[in-house]
Amino acid sequence: MSLVDVSDLTVEFGSLRAVDGLSFRLEQGGALALVGESGSGKSTVASALLGLHRGTGARVGGSVEVAGIDVEEASDEELRRLRGGKAAMVFQDPLSSFDPYYAIGDQIAEVYRVHARVSRRAARARAVEVLERVGIPDAPRRSRSRPHEFSGGMRQRALIAMALACTPDLLIADEPTTALDVTVQAQILDLLHTLREETGMGLLLVTHDVGVAAESVDEVLVMRHGRAVEHGPVGTVLGTPGETYTRELLAAVPRVDARRAATGEAGEVVLEATGLRREFGRGKKAFTAVDGVSLTIRRGETLGVVGESGSGKTTLGRMLVGLLEPTAGEIKPGGGVRPDVQMVFQDPVSSLNPRRSVGESIADPLRARGERDETRIRGRVTELLERVGLEGAHYDRYPHEFSGGQRQRVGIARALAADPRVIVCDEPVSALDVTTQAQVVALLGELQRELGLALVFVAHDLAVVRQVSDRVAVMRRGRIVESGPADEVYDHPQDPYTQQLLAAVPALDPEVAARRRAARRELAAA
Amino acid sequence: MTGFLLRRVLGAVVTLLAISVIVYVVFYVTPGNVAQITCGPRCSPEQVDQVAQQLRLDDPLYVRYWHFLEGLVAGQDYSTGTSVEHCSAPCLGLSYQSDQQVTQLILNKLPVSLSLVFGAMVLWLILGVGTGVLSAWRRGRLSERLLTGVTLAGVATPVFVIGLVLMIVVCGQLQLLPFPQYVNLTDDPEQWAWNLLLPWLSLALIEAAAFARLTRASMLETLADDHIRTFRAYGVGERSVIGRHALRGALAPVIALNANNFGSAVGGAVLTETLFGLPGIGQELVHAVNVVDLPVVVGMVLVIGFFVVLANAVADVLYAVADRRVVLA
Repeated sequence: MSLVDVSDLTVEFGSLRAVDGLSFRLEQGGALALVGESGSGKSTVASALLGLHRGTGARVGGSVEVAGIDVEEASDEELRRLRGGKAAMVFQDPLSSFDPYYAIGDQIAEVYRVHARVSRRAARARAVEVLERVGIPDAPRRSRSRPHEFSGGMRQRALIAMALACTPDLLIADEPTTALDVTVQAQILDLLHTLREETGMGLLLVTHDVGVAAESVDEVLVMRHGRAVEHGPVGTVLGTPGETYTRELLAAVPRVDARRAATGEAGEVVLEATGLRREFGRGKKAFTAVDGVSLTIRRGETLGVVGESGSGKTTLGRMLVGLLEPTAGEIKPGGGVRPDVQMVFQDPVSSLNPRRSVGESIADPLRARGERDETRIRGRVTELLERVGLEGAHYDRYPHEFSGGQRQRVGIARALAADPRVIVCDEPVSALDVTTQAQVVALLGELQRELGLALVFVAHDLAVVRQVSDRVAVMRRGRIVESGPADEVYDHPQDPYTQQLLAAVPALDPEVAARRRAARRELAAA
Repeated sequence: MTGFLLRRVLGAVVTLLAISVIVYVVFYVTPGNVAQITCGPRCSPEQVDQVAQQLRLDDPLYVRYWHFLEGLVAGQDYSTGTSVEHCSAPCLGLSYQSDQQVTQLILNKLPVSLSLVFGAMVLWLILGVGTGVLSAWRRGRLSERLLTGVTLAGVATPVFVIGLVLMIVVCGQLQLLPFPQYVNLTDDPEQWAWNLLLPWLSLALIEAAAFARLTRASMLETLADDHIRTFRAYGVGERSVIGRHALRGALAPVIALNANNFGSAVGGAVLTETLFGLPGIGQELVHAVNVVDLPVVVGMVLVIGFFVVLANAVADVLYAVADRRVVLA
């Protein structure tokens, strides 16, 4: 009997068919990844395995069998025993996935007591045991902490601990590392791997990240528009994909080991920052986000600033644009000209006013510079919209009518409106699917060549940064630990931190991934 | 915590002083001859002048306010024409109308108002939050629509309608209870409770409606949270999901609303007090405003203000207890 047997599964929300005739099996102890871009229906499938669509108004067709239980036919009581007891789910956002009001250990104990007839004390002991198992240091004490007192990586570990509590046969992990830094991601993926080896449980991994899948599973199912595009062993699907869509998807994934095509010569210095420092808070709570950073940016070049969360890269970007005043240090325009620095933000949804048309948003910088002639404004905005690959007729549309990639194009058009010489892009593509990501990155490159723009590309994704940057600065705890030409930094990293970051990037080749995991284990054991 | 209390007390003092200034100014600029009203319609102009002098109505505003502050801090002696009466600090002055000390007057009325509002609060929280949770849980079903209908009717019905109907049915027709008459808690706790039952109910029914709607909305919001999905996905029962996880998250706005409503009901339950003949703050305040009895009005308003500030401080502490992420500062 298979651990999971899904046949001809269909899930509809109103008139939207999110999953359309999907069938697959997962044997005991096997590991399968559902890979797809947003809207492909992969998370909907994961929810269906636990019967989470029951009572939500979604229409579910076909059959889903998990650990011998027919999820569609099961009674509420049977379903409750399945959930957490036989199949446990690890969710994406570990902060919001815990109740903020209760201690982590109590929440794990509560779940454990749903499935095991034990005393409160025994359940609490079990919680500490599984927290220890997933590598929470000082687990007895930390189990009394509330979720906000844990770091992102520790919360993700704690969620996995909750899943482990009842020794399920199947672990369903829905984007388990998406919100995490790359080094933490590697730790979590290694942890999942070790747990699987030890407990023999099956793993169903839902992810948009092909690299994460390559690191973790035996089999891959590529999804698109609710249907299976390609299904097979991970090496085959990722190595010699049979379908066009899979090939396109793989081609769009930025490679950390690929050199960037040569670009034009960098021109004169347009912006120079020396000894930048920024503190937040006062007294005992004072915190230095950026600590003595100096850099120069030249016309026509891209400077990549890469670092993990909390490294100060966003604070640095904001100081360059003038959104934040540096505590110390100065920013000088090259050649004494006003530098005209603009910014493109990470989240194109929240950085556009939902109640104003995109044309109005793009026109803001023009009006701010004193332009009053409505015909000229409209003409310029139309030009900008067309320049970023949208249509002039989109002027009167509102942000919700656009896709994520289109919204980011609007954000770029808005930055261009002020005729800047420098654009600081803060995680401009991290909210986008890889294929969209590739298009936006290409657009930025094109604009740079045509307009001679200098770009500062701030991101946590090492591969994307390499793809776009001429020079790279690696940040950690407010300082630049290493900087230089991109190829040099990536191919011959000098600083141990840079080496550690690069070693943590998921490899697309499962064999390479396995070798790297072994190396990481040795490193941890040493 | 000490810093929090200190700042809170300081803030309260400033707020209350500001309120008293505003009341003084408002009454100063209000048209009408206070001395005439105080003296009565049949006073001769000489008598009116005498009263004005006695009440220091001819002094400029700041002098009168200064006297008021003096009395509050140090106490004051008042001549009532024949004898001198000492009013010890905190002295809120003498009533223009009855020459009674305002502090004493408030101390007489306050227990009545507090008894009414405190009891009603317990009821409105139980009724309101209960109904709110129930209708969030049963959303979209017939039982929820019925509950929503009832609470809407509660919001829309004036207190004197509910109160009168209750009195006519319970005391008149069924004769289950005697018509309410205030009994001191210290005199006879049992009679106190029985006599206040109907006033509690009628005040609570009105207030509960607002709480039910707020709780329902807040519950629906928390029920959509990710952590609720987590517990459901781990087979935790619906009762535990709602009672332990969703309700706790939904309580913050309820605590805030309760603080305001409790504070303002201390002086604002005029209709309920009047209807049931309870000699509370609200009734006295309305009377004092009608006869322009400035010391009484200022005193009462300060007491009401005090309770609003106190209730909000308690709410802040409760927030911090409910949610460890909140730091009292």
